[in-house]
Amino acid sequence: MVASDLTRAAWLLAVDPVGLGGAWLRGAAGEARDAWLANLRHALPPDTPWRRVPLQIDDERLLGGMDLAASLAAGRPVQEAGLLAQASGGLLLLPMAERASAGLAARLALALDSDADIALLAFDEGLPPDEALAPVLAERLALVVEPNRAEPLMPPPFDLADARLALAQIPFDDDAVQALCHVAQALGIASLRPAWQAWRVACVAAACAGHGTVEQADAELAARLVLSPRARTLPAPPASPEASQQPEQPAPPSAGAPDAPADPALAPSVEPRVEPPVEAPADSTPQAPSADAPASATPPQATAPLADQMLHAAAAAIPPGLLAALAGASGRRPATSAGRSGTAAAATSGRAIGARRGLPRGHARLDLLATLRAAIPWQRLRLQERHQAGLPPSAARLLLQRDDFHVRRHQSPQQTTTVFVVDASGSQAVQRLAEAKGAVELLLADCYVRRDQVALIAFRGDGAQTLLPPTRSLVRARRALSDLPGGGGTPLAHGIDAATALALRLQARAGGRAQIVFLTDARANIDRAGRPGRESAMHDAMAAARRLAASGLRCLLIDTALRPQPATRAMAQAMAGRYLALPMGQAAAVSRAVQAGL
Amino acid sequence: MRHVYPFSAIVGQDEMKLAILIAAVEPAIGGVLVLGDRGTGKSTAVRGLANLLPSMTAVLGCTYHCDPASGALCADCVRRKADLAGKRLKTVQLPVPVIDLPLGASEDRVVGALDLERALSQGIKVFEPGLLARAHRGFLYIDEVNLLDDHLVDLLIDVAASGENVVEREGLSVRHPARFVLVGSGNPEEGELRPQLLDRFGLSVEVRTPNEIAQRVEVVKRRDAFERDPDAFTATWAKADAKVQRQIQKGRERLAGMTVPDAVLTRAAQLCQAVGSDGLRGELTLMRAARALAALQGDAVVDDGHLKRVAPSALRHRLRRNPLDDTGSSERIERAVADLWGS
Repeated sequence: MVASDLTRAAWLLAVDPVGLGGAWLRGAAGEARDAWLANLRHALPPDTPWRRVPLQIDDERLLGGMDLAASLAAGRPVQEAGLLAQASGGLLLLPMAERASAGLAARLALALDSDADIALLAFDEGLPPDEALAPVLAERLALVVEPNRAEPLMPPPFDLADARLALAQIPFDDDAVQALCHVAQALGIASLRPAWQAWRVACVAAACAGHGTVEQADAELAARLVLSPRARTLPAPPASPEASQQPEQPAPPSAGAPDAPADPALAPSVEPRVEPPVEAPADSTPQAPSADAPASATPPQATAPLADQMLHAAAAAIPPGLLAALAGASGRRPATSAGRSGTAAAATSGRAIGARRGLPRGHARLDLLATLRAAIPWQRLRLQERHQAGLPPSAARLLLQRDDFHVRRHQSPQQTTTVFVVDASGSQAVQRLAEAKGAVELLLADCYVRRDQVALIAFRGDGAQTLLPPTRSLVRARRALSDLPGGGGTPLAHGIDAATALALRLQARAGGRAQIVFLTDARANIDRAGRPGRESAMHDAMAAARRLAASGLRCLLIDTALRPQPATRAMAQAMAGRYLALPMGQAAAVSRAVQAGL
Repeated sequence: MRHVYPFSAIVGQDEMKLAILIAAVEPAIGGVLVLGDRGTGKSTAVRGLANLLPSMTAVLGCTYHCDPASGALCADCVRRKADLAGKRLKTVQLPVPVIDLPLGASEDRVVGALDLERALSQGIKVFEPGLLARAHRGFLYIDEVNLLDDHLVDLLIDVAASGENVVEREGLSVRHPARFVLVGSGNPEEGELRPQLLDRFGLSVEVRTPNEIAQRVEVVKRRDAFERDPDAFTATWAKADAKVQRQIQKGRERLAGMTVPDAVLTRAAQLCQAVGSDGLRGELTLMRAARALAALQGDAVVDDGHLKRVAPSALRHRLRRNPLDDTGSSERIERAVADLWGS
């Protein structure tokens, strides 16, 4: 029986956990993932540490520090080892990694960079457009695994210790590395880490297979496991130098191709780019695997076929729909860290609003006054108790107990997100759409000054699409806006629903606040079921608007019709939101009005 | 123990390396900001720097490793000096600290806090220094600085500007010197840096992934060699690292005697005016950076060539711009440079 890529990935990780950094496991919890983990655990030596990191772990627990409760009980400082130290030489498991705070992600990344000798398994259960593993971690985990079926438990067909020894003996292979670099570049991977990680995986694969050097099959496996899942562009022609640096634009037609391995359409799109051994300057076609730098050690002709085959393998392994998902998720990361972990008491900055009982660990700050106040009434009693227990007088003048400790409570800092919902349908004449874009840009600039986040939803044709998940990056917001195409029907109900759902999710986060700005003429003509027809579409839109009103979200409807209609005002009233007509070409006026109004 | 990747073994990224070296020669430059894609060697460069810097003389036993020659001593050292009554303080050679400030670090950890351990066990009130104290006279590195919590950013701006960390909390009242070179890195795609913090950085560098395959291959090759045998790899590059270390050392010695001709100062002012940079910080940084570069290169006089080379890094992030206008600031500076010098 031949092992699948999934199982082999588990074996590879078992051979070289520290070198590979770990694995990024995408997908929901379930049988498939458990089976993969079982395979990994089975392949590892039985005494390998295997530790779970809870999301709300504090610094003391992770890095080690003083155990306050034990110290008080013992009357002397008691140190506890951190989870990182306990997991040394083994694996750390991070469930719900997509919810990990930026702080936790940064600390784990630092540990992976340092000499902590650990590998990380990040379970990313996020749904692509909205949540994903922090890029700082995703970068450092070589393998990307998507367990989609439960593989049977298979013992590795090689000896782990032998493979580890063999790994050190695999020689550096210039051609293979060159080919992997080509593939990485052709897939639009900007970072240099994946190329190095792919090479490492190829070495491990060779060691496992008992090859003395990295062979074609090893390199192809590495390309499939490391490079394909990180692809930002398909290796297809429409590539400008810009696209390779800011690979936001996937090639949409092939991205949705069903079952890529069998898809012959991919092959021809690859070949014409690889075959001619071009001597073109490197910057004119940086996407072309053969547009090589003249200084390279091997002539391009020798590398091209190797890179070519590998590119085929890698391109075939790109799962359908991945690119579209990546485009939405790239770099998406809300800039706040507070409250992201989902723990309610996470607010550690902002205005202090009193004290509560608790130990000053992690981010909780000791409230000294409240602690003393709690301890003082009991001093005489405690002294007597100590005396009766026959203990010597304490060095400390104040006898503290665990229950005395108070920490400060803070009002969590508010993070406001403005969700822009832009009508990009055909009823919005091109010029009006441009004006709407102008208004949004001005509002964006204002959000930037206030350090707010923005999100962008567009609706047209038969549905609504989140073009920009909540972000603070104006560069991205601006690009999403300028790429906004127009045309098609007006599925207003979809737009309202999508915005309500997103805003409610944002409100659910600690300290989150959301407000919605609609830019539309509110002339709905596609209903919820996707059928055309003004009456049913308006009916559905009104229903969606009333639901929005019931959710209590703040919203604003900017009427972009040339002649403002009373129906639009009624729609705004149904939303319980403000109404504003966009006067011809006066984006700045609207911007001012919004600032004053919301 | 894993080794630190040698600074000189980093492939390409010359602008970033130069900016870091300039900051090492002239700490008054006000920090370096490195923006760009992930996986371009930003963290590697900063961590490699630690092994590269010449050691520093510090007061023996001082928590803040004060410089015995400087006027700004911490309260402990002032007391020590008074006790010695004119005799010289005992000193020790220490490596220059390069401290990582992780995202989401608590305020206590950054500024320092009451030492709970000793408060509990011995009943005494002692200040436990934080990361700012550890970074004094060295480098403070913040990866993903653009994602840093706002309250920490405020704090850093304040300390970086005053060179002193003032702690007033939990009944503590402590102030100690904290002069450090702030090095921040981040990917602007993941979030913008607060404008106020942007301005505090002296130099700003944009790093890009090399587009040439040969360079990419070289990166993987060196990384591979490093992972296989860190000792041998470090030894191979030790010579190059030592050379850079000497360069920094010599640069520092030369810096004090360096003069900037009036003609060059005029040029710097003209350049700042031409690109429309805000405030005088631009001129000052430009002048300092050019001087440090000249010292680093062993040139006797600061000339236009130095100015030209540091102009993009020193001014790029100071241009008044529409926050939405992402057309490259670098091009604007290059155009201004070409207009001024050129043709």
